[in-house]
Amino acid sequence: MSEQKYLLEMKNIVKTFPGVQALRGVDLRVAPGEIHALMGENGAGKSTLMKCLIGIHPPTSGEIFFDGNKIEIANTQQAIQAGIAMIHQELNPVESRPVMENLWLGREPKNKFGLVDHKKMYEMSKEVLAQIDLNVDPRTEMRELSVAKIQMIEIAKAISYDAKLIIMDEPTSALTNKEVDQLFIIMRKLKAAGKSLIYISHKLDEVYEITDRITVFRDGQYIGDEDTDKLTVDKLIHMMVGRNVDEMFPKVPCCIGDVRLEVKNLTAGNTFKDVSFSVRKGEILGIAGLVGAGRTEVIEAIFGIRHITSGEILIEGQKVTINNSRDAIKNGMALLTEDRRTDGIFPMLSILDNMTTSNIGKYRNKAGLLKGKEMVADGKKFVEALAIKTPGLYQQMQNLSGGNMQKVLVARWLLTEPDILFLDEPTRGIDVGAKSEIHKIITNLAGQGKSIIMVSSELPEVMGMSDRIMVMHEGKLTGILENTKDLTQTEIMKYATGTVKEKTA
Amino acid sequence: MSKIQNKEQGGGGITVSSHSKALLKKYGIVGVLILMVVVMVIVKPNSFPTPNNIFNILIQSSIFGIMALGMTLVIVSKGIDISVGSVLAFAGVVAASLGQAATASGKFYPSLGEMPVIVPILAALLIGAFLGAINGSLIAYTGIPAFIATLGMLTIGRGLALLYTSGKPISTLTPDFTFFGGKIGVVPVPVIVYFICIVITWILLNNTSFGKSVYAIGANIKAAEVSGINVKRNLTMIYAYCGMLAGVAAIVFAGRTGSVHPGAATGYELTAIAATTIGGTSHAGGIGTIWGAVVGALILGVLRNSLTLLSVNPYWQQIIEGLIIVVAVVIDMRKNAKKK
Repeated sequence: MSEQKYLLEMKNIVKTFPGVQALRGVDLRVAPGEIHALMGENGAGKSTLMKCLIGIHPPTSGEIFFDGNKIEIANTQQAIQAGIAMIHQELNPVESRPVMENLWLGREPKNKFGLVDHKKMYEMSKEVLAQIDLNVDPRTEMRELSVAKIQMIEIAKAISYDAKLIIMDEPTSALTNKEVDQLFIIMRKLKAAGKSLIYISHKLDEVYEITDRITVFRDGQYIGDEDTDKLTVDKLIHMMVGRNVDEMFPKVPCCIGDVRLEVKNLTAGNTFKDVSFSVRKGEILGIAGLVGAGRTEVIEAIFGIRHITSGEILIEGQKVTINNSRDAIKNGMALLTEDRRTDGIFPMLSILDNMTTSNIGKYRNKAGLLKGKEMVADGKKFVEALAIKTPGLYQQMQNLSGGNMQKVLVARWLLTEPDILFLDEPTRGIDVGAKSEIHKIITNLAGQGKSIIMVSSELPEVMGMSDRIMVMHEGKLTGILENTKDLTQTEIMKYATGTVKEKTA
Repeated sequence: MSKIQNKEQGGGGITVSSHSKALLKKYGIVGVLILMVVVMVIVKPNSFPTPNNIFNILIQSSIFGIMALGMTLVIVSKGIDISVGSVLAFAGVVAASLGQAATASGKFYPSLGEMPVIVPILAALLIGAFLGAINGSLIAYTGIPAFIATLGMLTIGRGLALLYTSGKPISTLTPDFTFFGGKIGVVPVPVIVYFICIVITWILLNNTSFGKSVYAIGANIKAAEVSGINVKRNLTMIYAYCGMLAGVAAIVFAGRTGSVHPGAATGYELTAIAATTIGGTSHAGGIGTIWGAVVGALILGVLRNSLTLLSVNPYWQQIIEGLIIVVAVVIDMRKNAKKK
């Protein structure tokens, strides 16, 4: 192994931010034509290392060798010139402009008068897109494309730079399974063309499917690297979290009570139609389906933040009217939204403020002022109860890791003492360790008799946690399945893809 | 286990160093004010640090200072209110018309006797709050940008003031009214009013659920809605409060000048926004403090006073003021950008 020539070799990289040592001397070696997974919990240093590599945060010390030469990269332009491109997790295309202008942004082909040569740009774009078999007209506006397509455009851009190394940061987090398959085809094609890829992901199954080698980080330290096919899942998880996660999905058996929430023929225009289901006390109802099946929309509608055109909602047999989130909260509901950053957290506010928003009315004294001491006491209680890792209650929310942010949001809702919790992708983008802690919290809540409705795109999670699984396809409920041992992923996918049309209740 | 402890110790280290930095960031603006004062005491020992001059600065700062308090709520909620100058003018002329002395020549309401001072005060506050509420509900319920909504009110408010007065000033106010421009002992009443407004607004922003929702709306309006905050009602209240403080400023203005003309307070909204901004309130929303708005107002007050005492050409004064506003925002942007 040691004679192997590496395309990229990062040696003893240290990166300190004021007061924080983000990387404590890590190594990374990527061979040519290799798909290399970078794994570790959130905050392990994966993204920081990549930012060191592409010049967003040049390293404090350490050496980087690329393509046989020692390199020092001070900014992203230099990285691109060296042949390193990164596809970021959050893509920021110029939405109102055509694909081709996005592809050649800042390096538009010019004619002899120094003006942009649109014809040439069009031809060049077609050529690049053909290389990744992407059938998109270069004149299409960016906003008309799906996330998957936009990502492909980014890959095309990397190819157009003639990048030797392409870094992908959680590229599949917003893709459907089919789109993931297409992405993998392109990745294999790139690999066959001799390009190296660094693949950052939390999804173990994908890592095992696509990558050749895995490097694991933990707490800013290099833990080890190993060929993917020689590394067992248990070993990998052990390397990532430093302990064995015995049960990925700890399920606490609990007695399921009477029906608490009942939804009848809920319809919201063309978004979803005729959805009926019920949830019992102490039950976890999983909602599976592909992206765009209308799962999020259904729970948002029940929670009153999405308009419904018809249908009824009953709690404990009583019909209730829910026009907004206030009504929902009054009726004992809580909603953990899908996208923490856009509609969950208040990034620049303190953890305490983030925790107490939904329950703020309860802290008012007779004069209308807030009882600060009680707020702090509740904050402390939940930081402890949910094991939120933070230096203090007044830390800004944006400084926390994804998993800890999610715990703060869970605390926000638990403070309202809800009976019904809607959890939309509760563990998306959260590392393995925090994930199993969140799972534990969820099952404990069910154990206390709360009703849980959990939307998740990860089938193992849905199947590991739920008592029953409701499956949706294109705005329609296709099935509610008992989660028995015989239930397979394939079975659920049949309902999710609309292969099975009839309901089984 | 030891791993976790290590991590926590590391975390402790982070807090200490970032804490002292945070302090510097947080109170750096006070340092600027102190520096300005010290320099002036040295340069103009005879004219600057006199009680008379100090109170002068405070009086001059109080009118836009009061407006800057309301503006802080608006800007923290990620909005802007450029109508407060016009709102002040309209509230001011109406209040003045209801607070004229019996001896006034060409009385606005000839048959109206001398009203108790509470009448013009309530009128000014109600008009301010009402116009503000219109701003707020337009923004909340139609979704138009705050700049546009309040741009409309800037023009309408001024038009109302001109229409109401037919373009003429209203003068000769009752002694009870001009009391608000006078003194209790040595302390000017505008300064007392300003101080009361500071305390009330500070409590409102820091110790009430309304204040918490102001921050939440500015920090992430979507998350605020999902969390059960009544965003629309709160937005309406934020602008109503800002307008009401413009009404308070109108009373002080009328009391001090003894006369209000419909063109009064033109451009005051920009001074209020400047004071708020210099005080560190972020136009990106979610960040801002009342004491910052106070310090910002005092910096502007001291600056204007100092430049006059130093006999700086008034045209230059404007240019310097403009530069300071831009520099303050650049610093603000940089310190917020660094956190990412």
